[in-house]
Amino acid sequence: MNFLEIIFYFFSAILVLSALGVITSRNPVHAALLLVLAFFTAAGLWLLLGAEFLAITLVLVYVGAVMVLFLFVVMMLDINLDRLREGYWKWFPFGGLLAVVMAAEVVMVLINKNFSIDQMPAPPPHASDYSNTKELGMLLYTEYVYAFELAAVILLVAMVAAIALTLRTRSKVKFLDPSKQVIVKKKDRVRLVSMPSEKKE
Amino acid sequence: MNFLLPNLVPAYPEIFLLIMVCVALLAELLVGDKLPYISYLLSQIALFGCAFITFFTFSPEVVYTFSGMFVDDTLADILKMIVYITVSIFLVYSHKYVAMRDMFSGEFFSLVLFATLGMMVMISANHFLTLYLGLELLSLSLYAMVALRRDSVVATEAAMKFFILGALASGFLLYGMSLVYGATGGALDITRVAEMIQGGVDNPKVLVVGLVFIIAGISFKLSVAPFHMWVPDVYHGAPTAVVLFIGSAPKIAAFGFIMRLLVEGMGGMAADWQEMLIIIAVLSMLVGNFAAIAQTNIKRMLAYSTISHMGFMLLGIISADSNGYSSAMFYMIVYVVITLGTFGMIMLLSRKEYEVEKIDDFKGLNKRSPWYAFITLLFMLSLAGIPPTVGFYAKLSVLQAVMGVGYIWLAIIAVLFSLVGAFYYLRIVKLMYFDEPESDAAIAPAGDVGLLISTNGMAVLILGIFPQTLMTLCFYALH
Repeated sequence: MNFLEIIFYFFSAILVLSALGVITSRNPVHAALLLVLAFFTAAGLWLLLGAEFLAITLVLVYVGAVMVLFLFVVMMLDINLDRLREGYWKWFPFGGLLAVVMAAEVVMVLINKNFSIDQMPAPPPHASDYSNTKELGMLLYTEYVYAFELAAVILLVAMVAAIALTLRTRSKVKFLDPSKQVIVKKKDRVRLVSMPSEKKE
Repeated sequence: MNFLLPNLVPAYPEIFLLIMVCVALLAELLVGDKLPYISYLLSQIALFGCAFITFFTFSPEVVYTFSGMFVDDTLADILKMIVYITVSIFLVYSHKYVAMRDMFSGEFFSLVLFATLGMMVMISANHFLTLYLGLELLSLSLYAMVALRRDSVVATEAAMKFFILGALASGFLLYGMSLVYGATGGALDITRVAEMIQGGVDNPKVLVVGLVFIIAGISFKLSVAPFHMWVPDVYHGAPTAVVLFIGSAPKIAAFGFIMRLLVEGMGGMAADWQEMLIIIAVLSMLVGNFAAIAQTNIKRMLAYSTISHMGFMLLGIISADSNGYSSAMFYMIVYVVITLGTFGMIMLLSRKEYEVEKIDDFKGLNKRSPWYAFITLLFMLSLAGIPPTVGFYAKLSVLQAVMGVGYIWLAIIAVLFSLVGAFYYLRIVKLMYFDEPESDAAIAPAGDVGLLISTNGMAVLILGIFPQTLMTLCFYALH
């Protein structure tokens, strides 16, 4: 077993264990933190494959941004775990049986020699001056530019949908618009009424 | 590395539509308060412009662009034209309904246009990536549209179900595509996938496993059994206008999707997917027709009717020859025309404070408005497949195709299940003509809606008497 393989199995073991922890941990904060660990080790595996750009993006975007937001939400929400776990053991035999059947089916397909590891040989190693980031950039903006633009449109849809679903103007708020206060003119507010002066009795 | 700017001409309709969506979004923001109809008008203009561009850039030759990711052929042009017309009719039918329920906002129309863009991308995709991205663009817009009435509990529930199950289906589809990618030695381009499959791959079993997942994903999106669980709930919960949208134009796109992925890409494996589709088609016709009998909610009933019709349409695909494909396309177009009319009628009968949902709401329609009762009669006869409406010819051509390749037993089963289906369509006719009305509220649709729905009803009749033009069009699209 060479050094690369040792690193691979080390990362893989941590990845599998932390992923298991995510779904079994009783504390949602622990689960979120374990998910962070899973992302980190997955990024390590990508580095082993020579995909350094994806590895860095995974850490920056998922760990740095998405999971932090996730943690905020988990800490702010008061999740009642007992209610979520209600009926778990009642349904466990049925669910477990289904899971075993499905796993057996998947295994029956996958033990076929067509899925064996020699069918998927390792890619040839790259030269030392090979830059994964540069190659990705070259492909993304030339050959895959159509797909890239479509992905951008999908993000635009997500923005429009998020705003359409959450933004609503409430009628009862007592909010004052500062710009309207500033541009107010004398004639808007003050009305001069000429009245006959009252006579002294 | 040499890079040539892609030929943009075939993609002009898509580019124009995207620009118009952005214009509509900005226009709503800037002048939406003063001109509430601006988004609606801009949407109609966008669709008209797209139709104009597609019509005038039409050429019978096949053009590939964006490094083979985009294809512009006769099938793409014709399907796109049908999508524009369908979406445009949908907008006319629904704008009153939407306005009455405080959904008349720029977002509604921009989501409709985004979904239309997604359909166009799917129709002219020639690459697994673009197929998937187009499908997601369409699905995401639909999820948001279902959830648009946030105060309605049923709508939110429907949107949740739709979203979660839809995401699962996309996962299946992607997994299947990745297996095909692996088995064909890294081919994502549909032309190349077809070549690899024709040439014979080293591990065909992997390919079949991938195909199973792809079929599961497609069945989900096409709403056929046993992947149909979301359909009744979404049809029931979503606002009727959105249901009309889900049930009409995306079906055309789904047909394009099947043609690209199964027929053009994996046509070499037709023997494999024929067997899978036979099971799915028979199950759909069984579940759809029998479950619809028990429904008292018209939207749920029509949901099950969709399931059975999609199963029937699959018979054309199962034939796996050009005759079968064109009859499936004919069936799909006819189904969309009837769906537009049926849901248009439900919206026409709905009022501001009253939502038509029960089939009893059709009681005595003949006494309230003989003309609209007659139009509904045409739609119901057409759904049941009774001549002289066009639904009869749609069923006939699909049955001819499937019998032409020797599946006599399949045709017999399909006819028997259609007979079961006729019961619940004719029940609506009975309610309309032989029962007493429960309410006497006047039916007074706006001029444009009334005219269009009458035209729609007449189209069902006239296409039924002269089906040849549409048949020729479908035949031409696939040759």
